[in-house]
Amino acid sequence: MTTALVFFDSLPADGSLSAGQKELLAAARGLGEVTVVTGASGEAAAQALDFAEISTVYTGDGEIAAPDAALVDLLETAVQESGAGVVLGSDVSETTDALARLAVRLDTGLITGGIAVETSGEQVVVTKPVLAGTYTTTASLADAAAGRPLLVTLRPNSIDAEQVAAALSPGAEPEVTGLPVNAGLGGGAAAEGQIEILERTELEKSERPSLTEARVVVAGGRGVEGDFGPLEELADELGAAIGASRAATDAGWIDHAAQVGQTGVTVSPQLYVSAGISGAVQQRSGMQTSQTIVAINKDEDAPVFEIADFGVVGDLFEVIPQMVEEIRRRKG
Amino acid sequence: MPHAAAVHIIVPVKWVPDAQLERRFTEQRRIDRSEGILGELDEYPLEAALQIKEAAEAEVRVSALTIGPDGASTAAKKALQIGADDAFHLSDEALTGADVSATSAALKAAVEQILAGSELDGDAQTLVLTGMSSEDGESGAVPAQLAERLGAHLITQVTELSLEEGRLTATRVSTGSGHSEQQKLAAPLPAVVSVTDQANDPRYPNFKAIMAAKKKPLTTWQLSDVALEPAAAEAKLQVHSAEARPPRTAGEIITDEGDAGVKIVEFLAKERVL
Ligand SMILES: Cc1cc2nc3c(=O)[nH]c(=O)nc-3n(C[C@H](O)[C@H](O)[C@H](O)COP(=O)(O)OP(=O)(O)OC[C@H]3O[C@@H](n4cnc5c(N)ncnc54)[C@H](O)[C@@H]3O)c2cc1C
Ligand SMILES: Nc1ncnc2c1ncn2[C@@H]1O[C@H](COP(=O)(O)O)[C@@H](O)[C@H]1O
Repeated sequence: MTTALVFFDSLPADGSLSAGQKELLAAARGLGEVTVVTGASGEAAAQALDFAEISTVYTGDGEIAAPDAALVDLLETAVQESGAGVVLGSDVSETTDALARLAVRLDTGLITGGIAVETSGEQVVVTKPVLAGTYTTTASLADAAAGRPLLVTLRPNSIDAEQVAAALSPGAEPEVTGLPVNAGLGGGAAAEGQIEILERTELEKSERPSLTEARVVVAGGRGVEGDFGPLEELADELGAAIGASRAATDAGWIDHAAQVGQTGVTVSPQLYVSAGISGAVQQRSGMQTSQTIVAINKDEDAPVFEIADFGVVGDLFEVIPQMVEEIRRRKG
Repeated sequence: MPHAAAVHIIVPVKWVPDAQLERRFTEQRRIDRSEGILGELDEYPLEAALQIKEAAEAEVRVSALTIGPDGASTAAKKALQIGADDAFHLSDEALTGADVSATSAALKAAVEQILAGSELDGDAQTLVLTGMSSEDGESGAVPAQLAERLGAHLITQVTELSLEEGRLTATRVSTGSGHSEQQKLAAPLPAVVSVTDQANDPRYPNFKAIMAAKKKPLTTWQLSDVALEPAAAEAKLQVHSAEARPPRTAGEIITDEGDAGVKIVEFLAKERVL
């Protein structure tokens, strides 16, 4: 048994954790005692982290937001206070940045993009897909870091929803401990002068499930020719998130946040519907660990068919509306 | 007008196995690095560095830096062809199997060694421009560790960048666990900045540039040349296993005969994903 410290650089504004964030708590529960540290304010933390399994929630004096390096100071202090043997975070860039810096300060190891974390004997072992999902590795701290905490980011959709629900009891009042951190001073080895925020623009949040956490993703490429309408309708029926290839995001047909692939997001849903996407290696690297892949493409030689569980050589503007109609018919 | 200080831009670039070809692990549970290319994502920070140099009034020097086995010198040479002024290649047995921690420790030592030998005057400023992620490690964690080790500011995931009078202005997408937003930031140097593939369109070296690169200096170092003890560049992780996933194989492929939409739904129902 070890103490796990779960790190949320920030918390959702609506006060409830996403499915992927709950997965982190469930993963921590599987390792031992669960503690949490967040840059969000104490109030926001008390609201979102109302699970009986959490023994302590650490916050700063007030809100601390990335890219403020004080976030790393807060983490460092929380590791000391909790005596954590493992620190877990989401696989998003602000969390990765903070954990990477923490790893330097603690002179320890960091594993990003894990899908499972378990104790095996004395060791904490992390499973992770690498080389665009073509290999799976397991790794743990080397002797050079023995006795120090292991830092890990985990991808969403790694633990199934029932297991997560079974591991957590909502409705509790968490014990929140404010830690003294000089927000904005970025102690440690920070350079002179500050990073100044000139402008911040909230990115539009869609009504749909988040792309990385969705159980179903409907993705479109250059073949949609600027019209995501039919894909949107299908996504409505399937409760899906909308994804895209870089050709579609570069064309400005849809926001860059929808890009799936090497330089976009990595998704691992139960179902990935690929429409009008050729299946270049950079696109495949972001979706080939999906459980089931359905592809629709006019070109029978499109590489996406090499990895599709079910493929249709056809026009997406005919096939997708028919899918929508058939699903509606079945729903009665 | 006061004379703007010179800037030394250092671009760490990684030599990686080509993702278009089959990539594999060796029996030592390490990625097979017998062949490789300059990582595609590391062309974006190089391009950003060259654009800053071309727009600057002050003197700007662009140095490429790579850490990797002997073959990695091809990445350094490619960087010279693209337009770096000089290149440095750190290669040492002790770095075999380096993780993020070992890589960033070695990069830090090499950056300091480059600066110590810099021909720019004493009040020159330092900017490190990296890629958003390496194509094999894919952690995106090296830039943050390098910034922490250098005591420099850190700005990651940058899509727009400019440098005026020693002050950086950068646009980035901040993706956190609670929300995401676009930020426009300003920061003084020294800084480590990671640049995404949205930032620019990397140039291709033309014949003239390829010929010119042959005359540019390429320095090869071992750990002792950058004053780093092998113990300080030890990996903090050990890999227990590396298993090839069974490759995805094609399933059923049909040609639409007017009923393919219905057929897909039947398939989904059968697979219980509806
Ligand atoms: C450094 C780098 C990073 C990259 N990162 C990514 C990334 O993260 N994600 C990504 O996706 N790409 C990425 N790319 C780009 C990638 O290489 C491909 O160029 C891109 O994925 C192609 O998008 P596409 O399949 O939509 O377009 P195309 O390759 O042009 O394919 C369009 C497909 O649509 C089909 N089609 C056309 N009309 C119809 C129709 N009516 N019905 C059915 N099918 C139709 C065509 O047959 C064709 O196969 C990256 C490239 C580089 C160099
Ligand atoms: N071995 C290396 N040599 C030089 N630069 C590297 C090396 N590894 C990582 N980098 C730099 O760090 C960035 C992020 O890499 P990574 O953290 O491995 O995803 C890359 O785009 C490079 O700019």
